[in-house]
Amino acid sequence: MTPASFSPTGIRFENIDKRYGGLYALRRVSLEISAGECVAFAGRNGSGKTTLLRIAARLARPSSGTVNFLSGSQEKLETQPTAGFVAHATMAYDELTAEENLLLFARLQGIAQPAARTETLLREVGLVDRRNSLVRTFSRGMRQRIAIARALLNEPAVVLLDEPTTGLDPQGASWFAQTVRQLRDSGRTILMSLHGESEVSALATRAIRLDAGSVVADTRTGANFRSILAFANA
Amino acid sequence: MALLSKAAVLLGKELRTEFRSRELLTTTVVFILTIVVLFSFTFDPSVSESRRFGPGLLWLAFLFAASLMLQPCFLREQTNDTLGALRLSVSDPFAIFLAKLAANTLFLLFTQVLLLPVFSILYNVPVLAAFPQLVLVMFMGSLGLSVTGTALSAISAQARMRELLLPLLLLPLLTPVLIASTEATAALLIPNPAMRWDWLGFLLGFDVVFLTALWLFGEYLLEE
Repeated sequence: MTPASFSPTGIRFENIDKRYGGLYALRRVSLEISAGECVAFAGRNGSGKTTLLRIAARLARPSSGTVNFLSGSQEKLETQPTAGFVAHATMAYDELTAEENLLLFARLQGIAQPAARTETLLREVGLVDRRNSLVRTFSRGMRQRIAIARALLNEPAVVLLDEPTTGLDPQGASWFAQTVRQLRDSGRTILMSLHGESEVSALATRAIRLDAGSVVADTRTGANFRSILAFANA
Repeated sequence: MALLSKAAVLLGKELRTEFRSRELLTTTVVFILTIVVLFSFTFDPSVSESRRFGPGLLWLAFLFAASLMLQPCFLREQTNDTLGALRLSVSDPFAIFLAKLAANTLFLLFTQVLLLPVFSILYNVPVLAAFPQLVLVMFMGSLGLSVTGTALSAISAQARMRELLLPLLLLPLLTPVLIASTEATAALLIPNPAMRWDWLGFLLGFDVVFLTALWLFGEYLLEE
């Protein structure tokens, strides 16, 4: 990954509720994530992991409560999203090439030299030789590489990964773990939702378990750490 | 300016993806041609009948074509969650709407201009005498269809029974646009064509009102 040009940023969730009709996806979630932490969210399907990450990405609005990005001791009020977001879906256009996809999002994000940034990221994710191929011709692993490249276009201080290794073969998952390690080591704050223990979950410095929209366990060390991550498969 | 430049970038994407997949244009052109040809052979109308019923038939065909075109407008952004990526990249969601409605208007106008000569030949109605005025009316009518349809497409894409919801919402809301467009078109197909500025003014008013509403409330239409 390119040298970091961001200021370390944490996130504070305060009393987050998210309701869909009468159903609570999240209930009174309060968390403070320090800058540089690598947090793994675990929990069964429907426990609220994805909803929490989408709220952090500002793709969903909480029914009540607030999310603030913290830079040092300063609370930042962002008009532009701070976080890079990688989901299970590629968030890329099948009918555009890898390069066209990245150029499109770079231009929309107002990046100063979109072509140069695109070139750098295509090299970093190992897709420079396939830059002119349509994304619809890509394998699942290649699609996730494009997703990572798109998420890193504006050099975000916070990276949100929503079940990013689902459907990847062992080689793809290994590449992804290596990328997450580089992101973590560069000082970025990482929030990721995972299903069970994996090469990626081993990189977490904090594990949080969600159940029915509430935080039921939160630890940084100890025997409980692995049990929280393993719980997702239960 | 930032809004317009981002909308232009997005419009480029809309045009590029459409001309690569040709999903919308192919469906729409084939659909409209089928209707116009079918009615021509079924009723074999005289020139005076064509002038009376032609404008209504044309706009009915455009309406159904528009509803076919508008349905996937936001729906196909859900396949890979590209709408999420757009929302993460664009600070003002109105840029997304602006690009989509510009693309829909252009696609619709393209099919209309393509259809006019076919209509003229099959129904024996000369259109060349008032061609520029006809294009203006079609542009204003298409803009009305697109503005309303793009907004409703965003709403219906996130709903259950989305395929049913869009036409249900679209048809009653578009009745004023269809009446105004049909009246303005009819006045241009008579032997001494004249522009009906009153109907054109009505279309302009409709477009401005819905565009303003989209600008003010568009953000909420894209929310999860």
